[in-house]
Amino acid sequence: MSDTLVKPSAASTGSRLVKDLLRSRELAVAVVLLLLIAVTTAKSDSFLFASTGWRDLLLTPSSLVLLAVGQTAVIITRNVDLSVGSTLGLTAYLTGRLFIDTSLPIIVVVLAGVLMGAALGLVNGVLVSWGRVPALVITLGTMYIYRGAFLTWAGSDRINADDMPRSFRDLGTESILGIPVLTIVAAVVLGLVGYYLHTTRGGRELYAIGSDPDAAQLYGLSVSRRILFAFVLSGALAGLAGVVSAARFGTVSSSVGQGIELEAVGAAVIGGVAIFGGSGTVWGAALGAFLLVTINRALPVLGISDFWQQAVVGALIVCAIVLDRVLVSRQERALIAAREHGPDAGRTPADPGPDPLPTAPQGPTDHEEVVR
Amino acid sequence: MSILTPDAPAQARSYSAYSRPFWQRVVMSREFVVIALLIAAIVYSRSSVEYFDGPQTMYYLFRDSASILLLALPMTAIIITGEIDLSVASTVALTSVCFGMLHVDGGLSVGVAAILAIGLGAVCGAVNGFLVAYVGLPSIAVTIGTMALFRGIGAGLLGTESRTGFPDSWTDLAKQRIVEDQPYPMILIPFVVLAIGFALLLHFSPFGRGVFEIGLNDEAATFTGVDVARTKAILFVLAGTVAGVVGIYTTLVTGVARAENSMGLELQVIAAVLLGGVSIFGGRGALHGVIAGVLLIGVIQRAMLLSGETVNIINIVIGVLLVLSVMSTSLLAPVRRLVAASKGARSSGRTSDSAGKRSLS
Repeated sequence: MSDTLVKPSAASTGSRLVKDLLRSRELAVAVVLLLLIAVTTAKSDSFLFASTGWRDLLLTPSSLVLLAVGQTAVIITRNVDLSVGSTLGLTAYLTGRLFIDTSLPIIVVVLAGVLMGAALGLVNGVLVSWGRVPALVITLGTMYIYRGAFLTWAGSDRINADDMPRSFRDLGTESILGIPVLTIVAAVVLGLVGYYLHTTRGGRELYAIGSDPDAAQLYGLSVSRRILFAFVLSGALAGLAGVVSAARFGTVSSSVGQGIELEAVGAAVIGGVAIFGGSGTVWGAALGAFLLVTINRALPVLGISDFWQQAVVGALIVCAIVLDRVLVSRQERALIAAREHGPDAGRTPADPGPDPLPTAPQGPTDHEEVVR
Repeated sequence: MSILTPDAPAQARSYSAYSRPFWQRVVMSREFVVIALLIAAIVYSRSSVEYFDGPQTMYYLFRDSASILLLALPMTAIIITGEIDLSVASTVALTSVCFGMLHVDGGLSVGVAAILAIGLGAVCGAVNGFLVAYVGLPSIAVTIGTMALFRGIGAGLLGTESRTGFPDSWTDLAKQRIVEDQPYPMILIPFVVLAIGFALLLHFSPFGRGVFEIGLNDEAATFTGVDVARTKAILFVLAGTVAGVVGIYTTLVTGVARAENSMGLELQVIAAVLLGGVSIFGGRGALHGVIAGVLLIGVIQRAMLLSGETVNIINIVIGVLLVLSVMSTSLLAPVRRLVAASKGARSSGRTSDSAGKRSLS
């Protein structure tokens, strides 16, 4: 019976890829996103076809996409980073400050922002991986600390558009081949991180750690170092998102990035990243971020007061989690059936067989021993 | 001592024969450390912060901490089961909005509107409870979703508007003191009643033992006859109900019902609960520590405000305090190990157990 499980799939690579794609969460989110865009455009042409509409559609999600990508890397290891919103605020202000106080070239300022974010992420990572304290608590604490540091530093002054050089602000509006520069930045980061998580050894180890931290430790993976890296990545991307939002909006006020950490987590969850780690892709998270931002902009066009936007987002997150649960339990039943009756029985999940294994994980018990 | 050869004279050895003396168990606990810190903070502030011993200080301290005090009660129980509820502040906002609309737009009397709003809070809690306990979804994800959902409904109903014009008799009642010239506001009466209720429920009832058992090992709890799902669902409903009460209190004290009420309060509540010695992994914690934790944050805030610090510095201090308090277990672990080693094997079981649980993070 066990050899049926290790036998590679008989289907060809191509058909498996297509099947995986059709089943994937990413496609489902993408379809919803496209439907939303289509419906909104049908209602008002300018949503997509006006030059600013097209630009805003691609441009607005760029900083949330960056945050969601970083958040995904952290969530996959069964951690969470709530401090990204504060990190974003701090680096956005740093960007403006550097332009005011120094005459550094733009590229240096961008790098400084990313480095600052990475340093803040490093603090989180050190505390979480060597303090052996749950990330939720640590990053909740650093969220307060970073936000407090930002507001103390900024005081009552804000960065205005005149404070930043023209060429930097142009980054927020310029396009190459019809695609805004900042969106290209986000897409490149998405591609790099996606490649890293999907293909490289370090990326796969992040998934392994999230699936079962104890097993990963016993297997000899350097759990602390990988988790540290995930936090540094998340911090660096939050730093980049800070620079991006400074370029996009041209101003930095004291409330920038407030509450965006939960949007980033929500985007990842909608995109199919399991909150208890071990599964999900950055593509899904990026699409989730895209969807969240687009809903935000589409609701007023559709004639729904944009005050309902938050409620829609909340309902969407809850639905996404419930959907995940249903899919996982269906898959479990199919796997159990496959183990009982050979591989072919797995195709008919509706018929679980006369006697499912009593020890098999069923229903809600499988996630509950998990500790945040 | 091996299992195969039991002690020849079968002595009746109870728990007290193994445990530390009672006073040690009380004094050498995290709760006691928090209480000691609270007393130290009060003594220090009274002696060196100007106006801290003034008549208004303690009154405003209690009045402003009341929401967190109330919400911390059910949150403690929820975190002890190993779950979390991030949606409480949104429930507060939603009940506040509905209370205002029922009273001002619907023309209902304050009492009826309050009861309906508290019922709405219970419904919100029941939604969380159903999804977490019976559908079996991770509470952190569910309550991030409902956090947006509940506040979003409030925002959708009221937009950026607000509702004011509550009768003075009620708004005054919320601000009144129990005894004139004493620093105890009225809200402390429902708080004390609820605190006693929750203390009895959590520490002196079979239900409460079940709560701790679920936090330590929910499968073991199932096998000893605890209805895990029902226990969790009840706790979430309680959290929603208390959030409803806080929603009405917030509305009456500020005199305004709007969707932005109590923004970010959930994180303050959780920070206070964790500062009060409740383990985020579940299974450990006590209410007196939590209450001391909330008051400790309140005293620090008030003292720093009086000495002219800004809110930002206070937030930094609270963040550092939170990180230090949860790190303390890890920081003190080598010390503990030394003590345990010098004492011999007696306590080795305890440390390995906690280390095993922690490594799961």
